[in-house]
Amino acid sequence: MTVTDASPIITTRFDVADGHTIAGYERTGGYQGLRRALTMAPGEVHEEVKTASLLGRGGAGFPAGIKWGFCPPGVWPRYLVVNGDESEPGTYKDRLLMERDPHQLIEGCLIACYAVGLSQCFLYIRGEMADAQERVAAALNEAYEAGYVGKNILGSDLSVDIVLHWGAGAYIVGEETALIESLEGNRGMPRLKPPFFPAAIGVYGKPTIVNNVETLSNLPWIVSNGGDAFADIGAENSKGTRVFAVSGHVKNPGVFEVEFGVTTFRDIIFDDRYAGGLLEGRSLKAFIPGGASAIWFFEEHLDLPLEKTAVDKAGSMLGSGAIVVMDDTTDMVRACHNIVRFFARESCGKCTPCREGTSWLERILARVLAGQARPADLRLLRDVCDNISPGMEWPPKMTTICPLGPSAVSPIISVLDRFADEFDTYVTLSDRVTIPVTAAAGGTP
Amino acid sequence: MARLSDENLVVAREIISRYPRPKSALIPLLHLAQEQDGWVTDEAMAHIAELVGVTSAEVLGTCSFYEMFKRHPVGRYQVNICHGIACHLLGADDLIHHAEQSLGVREGGTTPDGAITMEGVECIAACTEAPCLQVNYRYEYRVTNDDFDGLVDDLREGRRPEIPPHGTLARVRQHIPAASAAGNADPDSGSEPAWLASPGGDE
Repeated sequence: MTVTDASPIITTRFDVADGHTIAGYERTGGYQGLRRALTMAPGEVHEEVKTASLLGRGGAGFPAGIKWGFCPPGVWPRYLVVNGDESEPGTYKDRLLMERDPHQLIEGCLIACYAVGLSQCFLYIRGEMADAQERVAAALNEAYEAGYVGKNILGSDLSVDIVLHWGAGAYIVGEETALIESLEGNRGMPRLKPPFFPAAIGVYGKPTIVNNVETLSNLPWIVSNGGDAFADIGAENSKGTRVFAVSGHVKNPGVFEVEFGVTTFRDIIFDDRYAGGLLEGRSLKAFIPGGASAIWFFEEHLDLPLEKTAVDKAGSMLGSGAIVVMDDTTDMVRACHNIVRFFARESCGKCTPCREGTSWLERILARVLAGQARPADLRLLRDVCDNISPGMEWPPKMTTICPLGPSAVSPIISVLDRFADEFDTYVTLSDRVTIPVTAAAGGTP
Repeated sequence: MARLSDENLVVAREIISRYPRPKSALIPLLHLAQEQDGWVTDEAMAHIAELVGVTSAEVLGTCSFYEMFKRHPVGRYQVNICHGIACHLLGADDLIHHAEQSLGVREGGTTPDGAITMEGVECIAACTEAPCLQVNYRYEYRVTNDDFDGLVDDLREGRRPEIPPHGTLARVRQHIPAASAAGNADPDSGSEPAWLASPGGDE
């Protein structure tokens, strides 16, 4: 097995007891990246991030330096919005980064503001993450006290307020335009893009950079060590390291920072340094490579490297860095229903194919599980999927403003293609179950 | 209690002052109202509408979209059992079933003594610690049925003082000192930031 020995970049303080305090952060090299950035011209800092080829860590994987460059020239002010509304099933790296190393995130925000001329920062944390909110609030108070945030930071011309903002429970708000709507005090429904991306028209109609917590947490290291040093780590098209959360049927579920492109799925699932393999006597049935939106992978995908291009090419995505492992005891129809129910509940309701389609899918699957499948249900499932995401291909074709609806199609494709026999078992079972008249006449699809 | 108290009004005004547009403070203020009363009352929404200069209907429109805002009284402890995919694989459905039996309420119900409201919820971001739950948004990891019963006993007997009442999120509030505040970036100002005009200048 190839297991990288590259040093971690952003999880270095996870085991430092006081790493979340300003004393612990400064003692371990904190705020040196900001100090170095302030000795450079803003454009030079931006160039370093472009050289590093840092891909956004929120899910879509777009290069951060290039995204920053989309702000239209001469339009002011510009805002930074930190996306800390992580809610994808399987994923929780950002929560740990906020709880255990909040100053690293704050430093990253300041570097981004300096490089791109962002005049105010809103740090949007998921509502349910009370501990992360406390840690970040405490860290911000310390940082203001020490002169790292606010007016004339460290005696320079850089003046930025970082405002802690928090959500109230809605997965869709993790989508950047929905996040902006929510920040403006509205229902968190996505805005249509294109034509206008937030970098051009965002918060209050002004240019806005929305970056993920993990993305920004990489910036202090990049500025301290240089973009070239970052680009030396990782794979051709995926530079640096990536934090993965491995959960499900493994011996040692956990969060691991590994070098992009060197470590494989087999390593991270089976190696003792990481998740340590499956429970005794069990075998691998499937795994989700990048959060609930991703198409599932199987045994034959284990040797793929953890790297964007290779995983995209194999027909799925690394997405939010969540690997969920399912062993041979898993009921695939039930697992599929679980994920589809998630998307049905979290649909914001703005687009009809998603609002209606995801809840239809959920109800059909619930009916199958209840032993009340109709003979046409499998065909109906495919038909509804095709209406949400025409062709049921990867990457999904869209009939909706955002990818939430099409994401619900992924687990169904995965199961229909591979475990059709498990569906059939439920359908056969239904032949032997009496369907109550009220349920059959209940107006379900 | 319904409108924001005098003390909370001071906090509310400080929160509003941090945004270039007052309506941005809407969700934080709804949390503040929920912290005060344990749920969001109609009177609190009307008060918030006055404070940020929108109609009550707009406040309700936002409030009703978000899962965490309770529009009716809930138990002192909101127990949210995660049934996301990782928790599902490791027994969340059994745990929820056990909780229903043990508390004598269905999902979403409140026990007759008003202590516990129990819900099955979507992923709460602790997947490697499955199955997990949150009590008033504080985590409990790798919860067995016995752990659950012990937890409920502890809550009823007041043996978990570290868990604040429902509605309280971060007990540490952000405070921006007036002397070091950079101030809001007014979207209508059109002004280029100073550091782009004259870059550099370390301490």
